[in-house]
Amino acid sequence: MSAIEIGTAAAAPEAVPAKRAGRAQLRLAGLVLPVVLAVIWEALVRAGLANGRLMPPPSVVGATLWELAASGELATHAAATLWRVLAGFGLGALAGTVLGALTGALPVARGLLDPTLQALRAIPSIAWVPLFILWFGIFEASKVALIAVGVFFPIYLGVAAAILSIDRKIVEVGRVFRLGRLAMVRRVLLPAILPDWFTALRGGLGLGFMFVVAAEIMGASEGLGYLLVDGQQLGRPATIIAAIISFAVLGKLADGVLVALARPFLRWQDTARDKL
Amino acid sequence: MLTFDNLSKTYADGTRALAGITAEVAAGEILALVGGSGCGKTTLLRLVAGLDRPSEGRIVLDGKAISEPRADVGVIFQEPRLFPWLSVADNVGFGLSELASAERRHRVGHALERVGLGGYDKRWPRELSGGQQQRVAIARALITRPKLLLMDEPFSALDATTRASLHEHLLALWQESRPTVVMVTHDVEEAVTLADRIMVMQPRPGRVFDELENPQARPRDHLSPAFEAAKREVLRTLDRSLRDDQPRQQKTAANAGLWW
Repeated sequence: MSAIEIGTAAAAPEAVPAKRAGRAQLRLAGLVLPVVLAVIWEALVRAGLANGRLMPPPSVVGATLWELAASGELATHAAATLWRVLAGFGLGALAGTVLGALTGALPVARGLLDPTLQALRAIPSIAWVPLFILWFGIFEASKVALIAVGVFFPIYLGVAAAILSIDRKIVEVGRVFRLGRLAMVRRVLLPAILPDWFTALRGGLGLGFMFVVAAEIMGASEGLGYLLVDGQQLGRPATIIAAIISFAVLGKLADGVLVALARPFLRWQDTARDKL
Repeated sequence: MLTFDNLSKTYADGTRALAGITAEVAAGEILALVGGSGCGKTTLLRLVAGLDRPSEGRIVLDGKAISEPRADVGVIFQEPRLFPWLSVADNVGFGLSELASAERRHRVGHALERVGLGGYDKRWPRELSGGQQQRVAIARALITRPKLLLMDEPFSALDATTRASLHEHLLALWQESRPTVVMVTHDVEEAVTLADRIMVMQPRPGRVFDELENPQARPRDHLSPAFEAAKREVLRTLDRSLRDDQPRQQKTAANAGLWW
């Protein structure tokens, strides 16, 4: 019996490169549609069949991006946006994790806090903006606060739900091994909620990028959101598209960093497909 | 030695899961609990494990009443209940966290060897079959060298071949340190294969219907007339327990071993 098992185990690694090559091909396949569309648009504009003023062709957008990058403007705006997202995400994630853990673990905290938080959740986050501007001024603090509020709720809900759904059976094993309260949290509860926590953090980060745009559109002197408004006011759609592309790249990179940080902790997961 | 002293358990909804269980289990003995569903087998095991408290009566192990999980009591559940985020070796060594890592590694290696999983230490639980996972659970429970081992239908989810091989693994491990074993099973063949004594229980409320001694020498031949006779006797008793509503008087110790 064990000889057969060892045989299959030895054969398994050979299958991995083929699978990986297949996955890489699939990833390349995703490029086909946007590239073809871009080439067609470029050709149409060049041939004079379409007016590229409101929807500039890829070459013009590329040139604008290059210009912004070369002058150092792009880096300044991207850094400002990234700083706001990270500060807001950090605060929101911290508060969401702590309060989520509290309401998930302690019925008393759940009874006291959860109804209020659920009520606050029903308020569209953007509705806080006027109040935040009165409270925190028109500069960084109000923007960071708006992003933090946006990030807070999905993480709060995710952590609380994760704690409530921990398998009683596995906690019982911890009890059989006579783990104390702290050891139970460290060795059983924390690892058990880790996957859901990372999923919640990812969702929160995505929302952070959504709210930074809102915050910057409503008034900023730098940041990618400012670039959007600037492009609109100066009638330069290429700038707007360049800012949109920068948002996409920045968001994807931030998400990638989060996933890379999480991956070593989640290798054990039994999922049919890579969720991360 | 393990003593059940007039043990009763009534749940909050009024269900009387156990009523007036009194029994003794000798050190090193393997006791099997069999009975129809709802007769409180699992409840009894959870009380012994210290996971639940009895409503009345008490359980005494080596002179001390059990009220919470104890270091010298090991539990194997119906499902493997491995920690999916720990490797096989870390799962097996879960109860040895106080030991130095070299000593722990040594004991984990030995335990895995004994359940036939040598070399699997770096695997994740998800990479193992159901039978292999249950073997890891057995190793995890036995590595702390418990004086009392509790098993709740540990092989019920496995196919017959895997079950037979796990019986052998278990008996080999049991022979190493000879812990007292209390196991719940619904499989009469399993009870006759493993147990020195078989306690037949009756439902509503859960109580002891009859006790059968099973003094066959190990290893036991499943095809021998004595094995067949023992199996038939257990089945007969089980059948009666489901029809009768009065528990039979327990046999006297003098002829208990000679009942077939």
